[in-house]
Amino acid sequence: MSAATSGATYTADEMMAVAAARRLGEGTVCFVGIGLPSRAANLARATHAPSCVLIYESGTIGAKPIHLPLSIGDGELAETADSVVSVPEIFSYWLQAGRIDVGFLGAAQIDRFGNLNTTVIGGYDDPKVRLPGAGGAPEIGVSANEIFVMLRQSPRAFVERLDFRTTVGNGDGAGSRERLGYPGRGVTVVVTDIGILEPAQTGELVLTQLHPGRTAEEAREATGWSLKVAREVATTEPPTDEELTALRALKTTTEENAANGR
Amino acid sequence: MARIVSLTDAVSELVEDGNVVALEGFTHLIPFAAGHELVRQGKRDLTLVRMTPDLIYDQLIGMGCARKLVFSWGGNPGVGSLHRFRDAVEHGWPAPLEIEEHSHAGMAAAYAAGAANLPFGMLRGYVGTDLVDHTRVAWVECPFTGERLAAVQAIRPDVGIVHAQQADEAGNVQLWGITGVQKETVLASKRSIVTVEEVVPELEHRPGGVVLPSWVVDAVAVAPGGAHPSYAAGYYHRDNAFYEAWEPISRDRDVFAEWMKRHVLETADVEEYRESIRGAGAPA
Repeated sequence: MSAATSGATYTADEMMAVAAARRLGEGTVCFVGIGLPSRAANLARATHAPSCVLIYESGTIGAKPIHLPLSIGDGELAETADSVVSVPEIFSYWLQAGRIDVGFLGAAQIDRFGNLNTTVIGGYDDPKVRLPGAGGAPEIGVSANEIFVMLRQSPRAFVERLDFRTTVGNGDGAGSRERLGYPGRGVTVVVTDIGILEPAQTGELVLTQLHPGRTAEEAREATGWSLKVAREVATTEPPTDEELTALRALKTTTEENAANGR
Repeated sequence: MARIVSLTDAVSELVEDGNVVALEGFTHLIPFAAGHELVRQGKRDLTLVRMTPDLIYDQLIGMGCARKLVFSWGGNPGVGSLHRFRDAVEHGWPAPLEIEEHSHAGMAAAYAAGAANLPFGMLRGYVGTDLVDHTRVAWVECPFTGERLAAVQAIRPDVGIVHAQQADEAGNVQLWGITGVQKETVLASKRSIVTVEEVVPELEHRPGGVVLPSWVVDAVAVAPGGAHPSYAAGYYHRDNAFYEAWEPISRDRDVFAEWMKRHVLETADVEEYRESIRGAGAPA
């Protein structure tokens, strides 16, 4: 779907990337997952947050890629990083030690408390779809000060009950993370192609913002649980020309780079 | 002291059927040539350990070399699924595959413990996830603060295999760029093989480089291009097009088997492998 802004049109995915990027502030130390989160984090760095520190689990600290990496360990991440450390070090001295402001994750499924599944659809021993698994996500969920999630909204992804809880977001609700001994604050924002969900005091995700032209009804229909809607729902500012230009430039340079065999 | 030998000899002398074998390299410096040699020599019943199985374990699993996989993220990075891995888990083809899965932080802690000759590694994690019911994890209490932490058993492979940029003639090894968990893998393993891009008269120390002295390595084998389609910083880039091309090759059992026959089983070593891929017009 596309909508118009100041003469420009943009896709739902572009709106999602822009809305997520805006959440990252100057100087934020962000542990980045590959795919949608990496795209949004690099958009933030290219626009309003040039000093945002991007950390990839391959051990690259302060990576400044010009092209979006296909994997979390592309050479460009190491070549542009402030420091490259080993994998045990990135998880222990940097993540577990509490040096990460924001862990930025995707998932296959999310539940009402922001818990994530990246392991399996169906039963564990008799899976319908075997997904890649945990990767860095569980401990990003434990130790990052807060967790941002990006996920296209659909009843298959926003489920009443996860097939597998790979990563704890807000657990079983308020107080749950404290009981588990998790230092971080948990999921503080979920950015979708329809809008933005944020946790209430109970830890349950509530629709707080809609992208231009989207409705709360659409969001409810795309959610597998009975989605609560905030009393006042804000409307996302449409992407600015600067944001769209930067996002598309990222896409173009990445494609040109790939075409050149890098 | 490491001996400088052919990869064929290194694999045949140091890897036995039924061994626990770890081939590491985090996106960078993945030891593909050594993995292909395991396939050529028809190794069986291996317990394969690797944080990110990547295409090399997809190939080993699809060729029936593995009995068990210990891992923490099993996908084709940036592309999608590992279809041979999925086929083994979902349908038991070509053989049932036992899996023990962890998180990256858990595996990293387990490797570090293995390298340090400690029985277990510990971390803040696992609790509250469904991994607890499906993997080997236990809990320890800090004797000083009482904090409860997750404990993971040390990884102690029979054989650790990594790829590096260079060795010198005495078998000292240097790798640089993203160095992942390779140092821990070599130090945690009973025996180790390092494949290298080249042997140089003298190692020139690199910023951030990891040097493995000759006396902690058993065998060094020269395998130029041996990390392809992953990359070797300073030598060649990651072949992202190959990772994308692997998707349709690996999706179909017969196409996969034919590809492996043509490019791995019917080639003698890494140089013939690279030549056959170029000749096929396949991405190389």
